[in-house]
Amino acid sequence: MLERSAEIAPSPRQPLLQALGISKRFGTLLANDGIDLDLFPAEIHALLGENGAGKSTLVKIIYGLIQPSAGELRWTGRTVVLDGPAQARALGIGMVFQHFSLFENLTVAENVVLGLPPTESFAAVSARLAELSRAYGLPLDPKREVWRLSVGERQRIEIVRALMQNPKLLILDEPTAVLTPQEADRLFETLERLKGEGRAVLYISHKLEEVKRLCDTATILRLGKKVATCDPRRETAASLARMMVGSEIGEVKPTGRAAAGARLVVDDLSLEPDDPHGVRLDHVSVEVRGGEILGVAGVAGNGQDELFAALSGERPVAADAIRIDHRPVGNLSVNERRRRGVAFVPEERLGHATAPRMSLSDNALLTGHAVTDMVRHGFINRSATLASVDRTTKAFDVRKSKRDPEAASLSGGNLQKFVVGREILREPGVLVVSQPTWGVDAGAAAVIRQALIDLAARGAAVLVISQDLDELEEIADRIAVMFAGRMSAPLSAAEADRETLGLLMGGSAAKPREAAHAGA
Amino acid sequence: MGLLESIILAVLAASTPLLLAAAGELVAERSGVLNLGVEGMMIVGAACGFAGAYLTGSIVIGALAGIAAGAALAAVFALLTLGLAVNQVATGLALTILGVGLSGLIGAGFVGERIVPAPHLYIPGLTDVPFVGRVLFGQDPFVYFSLALVIGIWWFLYRTRAGLELRACGDNPASAHALGLPVLRTRALAVLFGGACAGLGGAYLPLAYTPFWISGMTAGRGWIALALVVFASWQPARLVVGAYLFGAVTILQLHAQGAGVGIPSQFMSSLPYLATILVLVALSRTRGRAGAAPASLGTVFVPDR
Amino acid sequence: MLVLERRGESSTAIAIASPLIAIALTLATIAVLFALLGKNPLQALAVYFIDPLTDPYALQEMAVKATPLVLIAVGLSFCYLANVWNIGAEGQFLIGALSGGWLAVATHGTHAGPWVLPAMLVLGALGGALYGLIPAVCKVRFGASEILTSLMLVYVADLLLDYLVRGPWRDPQGFNFPTTAEFDPVATLPPMIEGSRLHYGALIALAVVIAATVVLGRTIRGFEIRLVGAASKAARFSGFDADKLVLTTFAISGALAGLAGVIEVAGPVGHLQPGFSPGYGFTAIIVAFLGRLHPVGILLAALFLALTFIGGEGAQITLKVPLDLTKVFQGLLLFYVLACDSLVLYRIRLVPQRRTADGAA
Repeated sequence: MLERSAEIAPSPRQPLLQALGISKRFGTLLANDGIDLDLFPAEIHALLGENGAGKSTLVKIIYGLIQPSAGELRWTGRTVVLDGPAQARALGIGMVFQHFSLFENLTVAENVVLGLPPTESFAAVSARLAELSRAYGLPLDPKREVWRLSVGERQRIEIVRALMQNPKLLILDEPTAVLTPQEADRLFETLERLKGEGRAVLYISHKLEEVKRLCDTATILRLGKKVATCDPRRETAASLARMMVGSEIGEVKPTGRAAAGARLVVDDLSLEPDDPHGVRLDHVSVEVRGGEILGVAGVAGNGQDELFAALSGERPVAADAIRIDHRPVGNLSVNERRRRGVAFVPEERLGHATAPRMSLSDNALLTGHAVTDMVRHGFINRSATLASVDRTTKAFDVRKSKRDPEAASLSGGNLQKFVVGREILREPGVLVVSQPTWGVDAGAAAVIRQALIDLAARGAAVLVISQDLDELEEIADRIAVMFAGRMSAPLSAAEADRETLGLLMGGSAAKPREAAHAGA
Repeated sequence: MGLLESIILAVLAASTPLLLAAAGELVAERSGVLNLGVEGMMIVGAACGFAGAYLTGSIVIGALAGIAAGAALAAVFALLTLGLAVNQVATGLALTILGVGLSGLIGAGFVGERIVPAPHLYIPGLTDVPFVGRVLFGQDPFVYFSLALVIGIWWFLYRTRAGLELRACGDNPASAHALGLPVLRTRALAVLFGGACAGLGGAYLPLAYTPFWISGMTAGRGWIALALVVFASWQPARLVVGAYLFGAVTILQLHAQGAGVGIPSQFMSSLPYLATILVLVALSRTRGRAGAAPASLGTVFVPDR
Repeated sequence: MLVLERRGESSTAIAIASPLIAIALTLATIAVLFALLGKNPLQALAVYFIDPLTDPYALQEMAVKATPLVLIAVGLSFCYLANVWNIGAEGQFLIGALSGGWLAVATHGTHAGPWVLPAMLVLGALGGALYGLIPAVCKVRFGASEILTSLMLVYVADLLLDYLVRGPWRDPQGFNFPTTAEFDPVATLPPMIEGSRLHYGALIALAVVIAATVVLGRTIRGFEIRLVGAASKAARFSGFDADKLVLTTFAISGALAGLAGVIEVAGPVGHLQPGFSPGYGFTAIIVAFLGRLHPVGILLAALFLALTFIGGEGAQITLKVPLDLTKVFQGLLLFYVLACDSLVLYRIRLVPQRRTADGAA
């Protein structure tokens, strides 16, 4: 078992870790701007903020991965300069990353060993890891290779690896992003236990309900600055959100939806994964009608990527498994589907939706070359591609440094507006979009969500795959849940409460198909 | 000495430069770096090795010169691919062209000269044992060293912390960096080691195999060494098998030519190269997860700070 | 300490300047090498680079040597832009020469009509294309590295040439020299200027440059090539088939290299013999990178490298500098080009080294 960290601080109110005036600049971007932070032992401290607020940067500085451009860190009162994570770990700071630092082709034990100082023998680490993981309710087999494990199990490796160094401060970066509500509960129990052992926990999140439930203190970052430190239990979700976001963002208004026939039909779609980590799609069936937005909820890694690839045509399936306006398209290519009025927005902005180092006009050509006048007799019509960029820029308020910059030079939110806008401006009859506002600032997110609603209002069928339940609750008429390659029957807005969704996301209580017809 | 015995001895000698160069490249590739410049590093190793041995009369100095030459060229490669994040394929090609040219310049003054080749081991009693004696106990020191090197590499990769870190860098440099492992430094050291081994493998040719220098001496062995690493699925044990197999193909076709087999000599000479293609084609299909390349092989990694 | 940092937007200024900076750095390094070899650096540089430009005969030679380089390098650029690594252009060059040369040997002495030369050119391109498809198929069907397979095929092609010329195709009246008979006039590329070595192959090369510029820059196929090389996932999303592109680019590249091969033997060389190629297929790789994978850039780079070939020959005669120095120059040039190109995407910054304070437990 881990020892109690008795000698943490001389008096209870001296902070364990202090960040004073921390600033960090990346080129022209000021990610952190003079941030002060006090972390006390036996306390769970939330670091709140939207995507892009600077939370990850600050935390990487605390962990020694990045050097601050200005400011200093103090540990138990003494100034420290961290040369790297090894030094941070030696001090007693542990970190569980949002994106795991794991090595797929190595075993669990090898992965854990790499995160520890080379003082213990391999055999000793293996034994201790098996023991400790069991004791904390997160059991692991040291000999298994990581590529065989599920996402939740991989997170366990990260947590156990951090715990094995007996940290006085444990940092977790968006840990519940990949967990079901039930797995998240188990995590919270572990964290409460650590707090009871006298450790400090720094918990990064953008999920307000979670923070209110779990945390004693919250520091809120917005656009690189600290805006407040407060007790989240005394605040409402609305007041926390206001501090996070700043001003009132225009409310997204669902407009009256015209009920129409099913425009996108997925009928008993099954698909083998094309890589060992993939998930097999298992008799997936769902319909999206004209005028409605159907949300597909679910924790990442449950078949959403495969579903998108099947819908977009990047992976061919049985012709009849996917029908657009009653015509079978399952075996047609991407551009043949585009010619039938379907448009797609994949999850990955840079590298999938766009070529990062190519210009916006080239990226407009990317999805438009088969279906617009941008190409005539094999020749590219540059004025048409530039005109398309201008139109998208104007309609979606895309901020950029010049008329036709490289895609990679745009901020996340602006690029996403471009990527969504270039599809919507073609007035597709069916739109399939995955994670429409992931990593996007609140203003851009609102623009995108409103655009989706407006498109549906004009009679299109919109399928939105999203890990963000808040978002789906805001814009979707019906919500279905994916788990382990299977799709639940869609729930109407009334039936789709958090608990039901959470259960479905965790794989329990999938409703039978018959009930869906009755409920929709 | 029987025909079989002389063939085996020839195979051992022919395989050794391949084994040395491939072993070093294996380490570099396990760390995630693809260095196509093996041919260039081998041939400068050959030229400098011969020059060193000729000028000082010492095989050891020659070997060290070869090692240093290979490592020096590898250092330039590391500077570009690791320091400046340049594409590894293009840089490796440049390295080969440069190496071939440099070897010509360096070796120009030594064409036609000869040295005393490396001595072979002789243990009275053991070496005289018929057949097995010379094969096991009568080789030149490079042969024994090459086998010891492979064993050492195996132990390093799978039984030491440093080796584990190196494999981690090759699997996922971003994760390794996040954990605080010095990815670029690890890769640089691996690349230098690869260069040293290639240089030694090249030096073997004029120091032990054929004790003189001619331009273009390596004749594509560096490229075959690259194929061997793929053949061995990046595992040291299989590398030995592959190297000796290729050495055998080279020697057997020479013997077939000499025996007057009615096939044109050029076709026989092309057998090692054709065999390489066949091996690459056959292997790629049957590979499962276990035989896959290091996940980050050939990709550029720039750590953020 | 110095660190590498990604730029927000690629620097166009550096993109244009980088080949020039690279050339300057290479010249400086070569000057040092000359000094080490005991030659006067300035005099050596003049012999290498200035003298050929003042001699009209040398200028024609430059065009003659640049022709195969341009043809091969343009073909390579199609491959490299798509991240397809054709290293075997030398082999495709040789096979092209053999394919076209076969017709010349087969019709030698017969009074064949003027159809022979065009047919040779077509056969050369076809042979090169087919030979280039071998590594392409190995990659697409079996996942084998095209770098190694295309390279191995160079050695095979070289040995095949050797066999054919010493054996079945040897000139019976040739006093046992390993060479075919001189090609008949119908099988020879006529010179553009009476009495010079400059032949119509140069015009073909120019035409290829123009065609490639249009295709790569203005057509959707060119966009496809660039996209597949830049972002393969986005290319798939755009509806392009990467496997088909591997086959297409290898075929184009092989065809151009093969065309260069047959032009070379039907023009300047006039017959087939082992080792007639001074390694154009490999030099073309440098030309492709130096020309930044753009057809016009390749044209300029080819002329520059042709200059170094001529300069090297001149230096060997007048200064006794070994020919290998030209290879060293070319390798160094490629290194510097690659290094300078890195600055297009990245910048180098001086970051204060943090001293370790107390607190390390």
